[in-house]
Amino acid sequence: MMTNPGNRLTQGQFSFLPDLTDAQITAQIKYALKHGWAVNVEYTDDPHPRNTYWEMFGMPMFDLKDPAGILMEINNCRKTFPNHYIRVTAFDSTRGVESPRMSYLVNRPKKEPGFGLVRQEVDGRNVRYTIHSYATDKPEMERY
Amino acid sequence: MSQEAKQQTAGPGQNAVDLEAEFKSSNIQEVLDKLDRELIGLVPVKTRIREIAALLLVDRLRRQFALTSETPTLHMCFTGNPGTGKTTVAMRMGEILKRLGYVREGHLVTVTRDDLVGQYIGHTAPKTKEVIKKAMGGVLFIDEAYYLYKPENERDYGQESIEILLQVMENNRDDLVVILAGYKDKMDKFFQSNPGMRSRIAHHIDFPDYRPEELLAIAKLMLAAQNYRFSGEAEKAFIEYLRLRMTMEHFSNARSVRNALDRARLRQANRLFGRRSRPLTKEDLMTLEAEDVLASRVFREGRLDQDPA
Repeated sequence: MMTNPGNRLTQGQFSFLPDLTDAQITAQIKYALKHGWAVNVEYTDDPHPRNTYWEMFGMPMFDLKDPAGILMEINNCRKTFPNHYIRVTAFDSTRGVESPRMSYLVNRPKKEPGFGLVRQEVDGRNVRYTIHSYATDKPEMERY
Repeated sequence: MSQEAKQQTAGPGQNAVDLEAEFKSSNIQEVLDKLDRELIGLVPVKTRIREIAALLLVDRLRRQFALTSETPTLHMCFTGNPGTGKTTVAMRMGEILKRLGYVREGHLVTVTRDDLVGQYIGHTAPKTKEVIKKAMGGVLFIDEAYYLYKPENERDYGQESIEILLQVMENNRDDLVVILAGYKDKMDKFFQSNPGMRSRIAHHIDFPDYRPEELLAIAKLMLAAQNYRFSGEAEKAFIEYLRLRMTMEHFSNARSVRNALDRARLRQANRLFGRRSRPLTKEDLMTLEAEDVLASRVFREGRLDQDPA
């Protein structure tokens, strides 16, 4: 039985929903800007859940007032990496928080092969589990 | 098409449209009144702002009838002598355009060449783009815009910045309004070498020099804002001061007035300090006397105050 038909990556906010439209993305960015969070655009072709640090597309965008600038940057990133995962994060610099408050995907590859489960038998009958992205069998930039 | 049809039914009937109600609901009159009250003179500027306001209002009504038209370009170029109020008007522009619903946020981002042009190859584009992103939803005000283009250095990075600006001015018309400002002759030269820039700017507004009576009104406004006022003689003395000062070199309109007032305040403070044995009233603290104005070197030697003796 397929547990996740289409093997859609489910990371960050809204990832179980259909992909966000640009209008919806704009609304989310507006929410982040309203709270004074710095919005970043990041991309990767290694979607392993433990791969926390994705590549940044350009600089983090501080002091913006309007989502149009960020949407422009998202579209630039989509043009440059049409077959990568792209996410938007909103960083809250409030003392004591200093971590991302929002993170959601805005672009995904056309074909997502998903993850395989690898079982390693150790020490008698113990089993260690690991998940492995089929895409990462290939070298970087050739994965999707 | 379906959206247009919906607008058609949602909007008023075929012949009912209330310009007056729309005008009232937009609070435009309030903005225009404020402009009239706080900015002296500048008739061509106010006329143009009125026209723009009318156009945007009519556009909004047209949209109710699904008479779509392209968003008008509102990029502007302010030219004029020093101190004629270019920056002041630009600051207002953001608020005005926001009230009219043309821009979303209405903030003003003021930049000069330093903020746009980088120092080495590949530095300019990200720098310019960052500024543009910050200005989106508001007004990007480029002061002394002619410095962007330096014809004597063909490897100058300013040109790259101009090209990015041009592209954004064309493609992101809904997102930001670009206002260039500078002195008339230098801006003319700038546009000659950048014809693309000239054609993308719909509104070229020339700020005229102030007349003496306008300068006096400005002076009074400035004083009132800081809780000062002229005595009767001081006002006469200041009119005389303006007459003399305007014939001298480096006269920069409202800015010269502001500097003169600052110096008069200095002298007033000194005068009050000189007779500190007597008690002072609130009147004394607020009033600039004729002697505060007349002590200026402009009267005594026909020279500017800041000149070395």
